[in-house]
Amino acid sequence: MSQPTLAVRDLKTHFFTRGGVVKAVDGVSFQIGKGRILGLVGESGSGKSITGFSILGLVDPPGRVVEGEILLKGENLVGQPDERLRAVRGNRIAMIFQDPMMTLNPVLRIDTQMIEAVQAHHDVGADVARARARDALGRVGIPSPEERLNAYPHQFSGGMRQRVAIAIALLNNPEVIIADEPTTALDVTIQGQILYEVQKLCRETGTSLIWITHDLSVVAGLADDICVMYAGKIVESGPIDDVLDRSLHPYTKGLLGSVPSRNKRGSPLAQIPGMTPSLLSLPSGCPFADRCPRVQDDCRAALPPMVEYRPGQAARCIHPHVEGRA
Amino acid sequence: MTVFIVRRLMQSVVILLVMSVIVFLGVFAIGNPVDILISPDADQMERERAIRALGLDLPLWEQYFVFLRNAAVGDLGRSFVFNEPALRLIFERMPATLELAFTAVVLSLVVGIPLGLYAGLKPQTATSKGIMAGSIVGFSLPSFWQGLMFIMVFAVMLGWLPSTGRGQVGSFLGIKSSLFTRDGLAHVILPAINLALGNAALIIRLTRAGVRETLLQDYVKFARAKGLTHRRVVGVHVLKNILIPLVTVVGLEIGGLIAFAVVTESIFAWPGMGKLIIDSINQLDRPVMVAYLMMIVFLFIVINLVVDVLYSVIDPRVRLQDVKG
Ligand SMILES: Nc1ncnc2c1ncn2[C@@H]1O[C@H](COP(=O)(O)OP(=O)(O)O)[C@@H](O)[C@H]1O
Ligand SMILES: [Mg+2]
Repeated sequence: MSQPTLAVRDLKTHFFTRGGVVKAVDGVSFQIGKGRILGLVGESGSGKSITGFSILGLVDPPGRVVEGEILLKGENLVGQPDERLRAVRGNRIAMIFQDPMMTLNPVLRIDTQMIEAVQAHHDVGADVARARARDALGRVGIPSPEERLNAYPHQFSGGMRQRVAIAIALLNNPEVIIADEPTTALDVTIQGQILYEVQKLCRETGTSLIWITHDLSVVAGLADDICVMYAGKIVESGPIDDVLDRSLHPYTKGLLGSVPSRNKRGSPLAQIPGMTPSLLSLPSGCPFADRCPRVQDDCRAALPPMVEYRPGQAARCIHPHVEGRA
Repeated sequence: MTVFIVRRLMQSVVILLVMSVIVFLGVFAIGNPVDILISPDADQMERERAIRALGLDLPLWEQYFVFLRNAAVGDLGRSFVFNEPALRLIFERMPATLELAFTAVVLSLVVGIPLGLYAGLKPQTATSKGIMAGSIVGFSLPSFWQGLMFIMVFAVMLGWLPSTGRGQVGSFLGIKSSLFTRDGLAHVILPAINLALGNAALIIRLTRAGVRETLLQDYVKFARAKGLTHRRVVGVHVLKNILIPLVTVVGLEIGGLIAFAVVTESIFAWPGMGKLIIDSINQLDRPVMVAYLMMIVFLFIVINLVVDVLYSVIDPRVRLQDVKG
């Protein structure tokens, strides 16, 4: 197998707060190949965004990456000087944020915000950068891009603003795009369009996509692989169909149970009881133990390791849903 | 925009009218100038002649309408004391005050914005904490006391700078100002710093608060995620956003600086409008007081208008509309 575009190894990002150390990301590993789409799923607060910011080197104090490797085509980004990371950000790895109403600067015109993104990485004139910005707007389906370049963010709808943000992410043809719940704040119909278009663009350009969401149904039709996060750790990972159809981890099962679908109509949606544990004081054993329907005594003894129960599909559980086992 | 400005100017006329009534009544309440202006030895005949000459024999409402009729043609009355048009007296003193206020505003911006930016970007450092502590001092020490200390230290003890009066006036591009000569600059430094201190403290705090708040915004993080340099993120994305509250406050402060330069001008014997108004109050020189106050009201109206227009230039979300009332 060829080298992955991006590989994250045992990443730990902690926040050193007055109340103690918050282990927002605590030993996350995954990798993504060229042109592949990886879904990163989990409840809110499970550390998905912080994982994304860690990759870009954008974790603000009191947080910091304390351990692990982030390998972009084999080169480790952790511990690199900021100028080196700046050259990567927006150029080789781009990010799209959740709330399109907040990601564009309200007092700067769209062209200013796009041209600066090109010129941050390429020594080109404003006219060249502007032409590139116009093309990028066209590619994400914004009508009359030339005129829209002169507009301010407030003159766009939420969906259009997110398209602009996607266009900005695409500007420098990055190798990886991290999309942090980019459709969560949008109408369902617009969600669908944006999902479809981002997928198409990434396939066309061979860009690897990390799609962060708390909604399993969003990644179901989109991703090749999936990582399920819980309390700062990945609890299950594998090819999308395997993980969705034959989940190993009770948490994944619980998430699937809480997605509405046709064949469950009329019956109440299943819920995962309890709440995400505080990241300040995680129990010594499995962090999901207190909410798990299959919990046994040995679950609380030690943190379960990631075990590959099926080819390519692993779970952090000692009593997984596997045929022939309890 | 033009509609907006025309409408605003019409509203201003109403404001000026209302203010003129208040000012007229207020000035009337302060005291009777006759007691001060006419020597106690004067006999009854002389007294009455003087009162009639000053127009003080008419009932108050009639005095007011005489004032209005004259004001409509640009005559705000003659000073009782100098027997000169009140407006001319004010305009003679105005350049000195404007020059002082202008220098103070520039000083407070030049000092306040960089210090506020620094304190906002690096809030934990000792320097930032020092800046913030200093701003509280600048804020809370009474202006007159600061002024006296300046004179004591820099003029009396060190002898570096003159302590009173306005320096030599130079001329540049047809504008006459003491800012164009060395001597003039030396004279303006102390009073300008005295006038600027409170304002600079305010700008520091405002800038710092703006930076702290803006840094948390998603658009700043997104700008960083684009790979922009720190310099560009702060200099363009952050600064442009904090200009919005700054323009508002600085605009209002300019009016305040001009109106309240009174204290500084008294301490440093600066020959501006502030000193004129103090003298007129002492001598109950009603026309000068009224004219001065009307000038200040007018100034505030103009400044507010300029601030609103600037506002719409900086913040594209603001559309100047005919807001009622
Ligand atoms: N500035 C911070 N200080 C302390 N803890 C933080 C900070 N930012 C994030 N965290 C912690 O990191 C956890 C993960 O956050 P995040 O990655 O945003 O979750 P999500 O999966 O919803 O994107 C949160 O539960 C929070 O406790
Ligand atoms: Mg998030």
